[in-house]
Amino acid sequence: MRNPQLNGDGELQHLLTLEGLPAPVIDRILDTALPFVSIAERDVKKVPLLRGKTVFNLFFENSTRTRTTFEIAAKRLSADVINLNIGVSSTSKGETLLDTIDNLVAMNADMFVVRHAQSGAAHLIAQHLSAADRPHIHVINAGDGRHAHPTQGLLDLFTIRHYKKDFHGLTVAIVGDLLHSRVARSLIHGLTTLGTTEVRVIGPQTLLPTAIESMGVRVFHDMRTGLAGADVVVMLRLQSERMKGALLPSAGEYFKHYGLTMEKLALAKPDAIVMHPGPMNRGVEIDSAVADGAHSVILPQVTFGIAVRMAVMSMLAGN
Amino acid sequence: MISVAAADPAREGLPDAEATIAALAEKMGAAIADDAKLVGIYSGGAWLAERLAEILPGEHPVGFIDVSFYRDDYGKKGLRAKVATTTLPFEIGNSRIVLVDDVLYTGRSVRAAINELFDYGRPESIELAVLIDRGGRELPIEATYVGARVAVARDSSIVLQRHLDGRFELSVEPIESAPGA
Repeated sequence: MRNPQLNGDGELQHLLTLEGLPAPVIDRILDTALPFVSIAERDVKKVPLLRGKTVFNLFFENSTRTRTTFEIAAKRLSADVINLNIGVSSTSKGETLLDTIDNLVAMNADMFVVRHAQSGAAHLIAQHLSAADRPHIHVINAGDGRHAHPTQGLLDLFTIRHYKKDFHGLTVAIVGDLLHSRVARSLIHGLTTLGTTEVRVIGPQTLLPTAIESMGVRVFHDMRTGLAGADVVVMLRLQSERMKGALLPSAGEYFKHYGLTMEKLALAKPDAIVMHPGPMNRGVEIDSAVADGAHSVILPQVTFGIAVRMAVMSMLAGN
Repeated sequence: MISVAAADPAREGLPDAEATIAALAEKMGAAIADDAKLVGIYSGGAWLAERLAEILPGEHPVGFIDVSFYRDDYGKKGLRAKVATTTLPFEIGNSRIVLVDDVLYTGRSVRAAINELFDYGRPESIELAVLIDRGGRELPIEATYVGARVAVARDSSIVLQRHLDGRFELSVEPIESAPGA
């Protein structure tokens, strides 16, 4: 079966997940993002690629930051952007997801950016558009359930490549709540596709998916052992609601074992970079001294995220 | 004297690149402003701008422009692979700019480059220097300085190559798709 993200010519039609996306396609996205970085430094922070196109940000789940960066990316490409917080509109009146899409297609939508609590939502929309023979309408998954968040994975890859140049020879450690993290899942797929030498996951048993080794990673429960010699440390957000169930004893206890401090970071390589997808919980998964320290590339990640989203949108809209 | 290497079919009818660059530099040297800044259009024009800056009298800073984000065939062909980063290490506002390209054909790349320049500022003036003018314009654009005028078939393109030793060479290649130069 053909990869539903690629068209008949092997070009990117939708961006739904990094799983199964060929390395040349990922490389091309990262290469394309590079010239978009400098657009933000100009007087006129706009290029005309998506002029006259209409991008719908469909957020069935709240995320101010992701929605904002997609909105900025689309506007810098000169698209018209419509933000819909669907959680509080149509669906609460009983409209189905695909009826909502059909209505927006009738309003001449060119692209959908979809965030949904259900895994597979963006995929369902892409299939629906394909069945309706609408090959010129594109879908970007902006996070679906626990499944994938491909643009976050791509911006993480872009950041790593920016600071470390090459994935061969690199050791990347991903720390924290991998069980609920679509960010981690996307990043792991991307890292292994691009030939990263070693991908490690570090966390308590209760926050690691079973059989995660099958994704090609090494599992550590002791953070100090896992960080030893790492080139890149990716901290994941610990969602406070996880504390309420039986998964974790307390935030303080978590920080003691899996919070990143300067002392633990010293076990990684001297030139290691520290990443975090945000929003951060200072004092829960990361200490302020690390978050604001010389190793941190957390804010450049945000800046690169806009360039990466511009690259994805302009590649999709041109295919 | 510009020699023509008729023995090689790929270079048939084409002038020698090095001699044409010298001819172009001579025309420009006598005419461009002392404070003119060169902006080469990737990739052939970028190489040419670097070379011209070396041989033109005076100091002329060099910038590079990749017009991929401004091309008018994006809707038809999509975004090109290998987009380079536009690098203009000087103010565009109030500057005298000389755009540099290897081959002037339809004029569409130059239109895109002018549009992009204006997103950096309002230049005092823009001139255009090209190594080869092959005719076939589809827009009302003319070069200020021309190295040589050449006629080639519509289905072929003129390609400027830079060898490892820095030497330039012109050749004719079958066109891959619709003209866009």
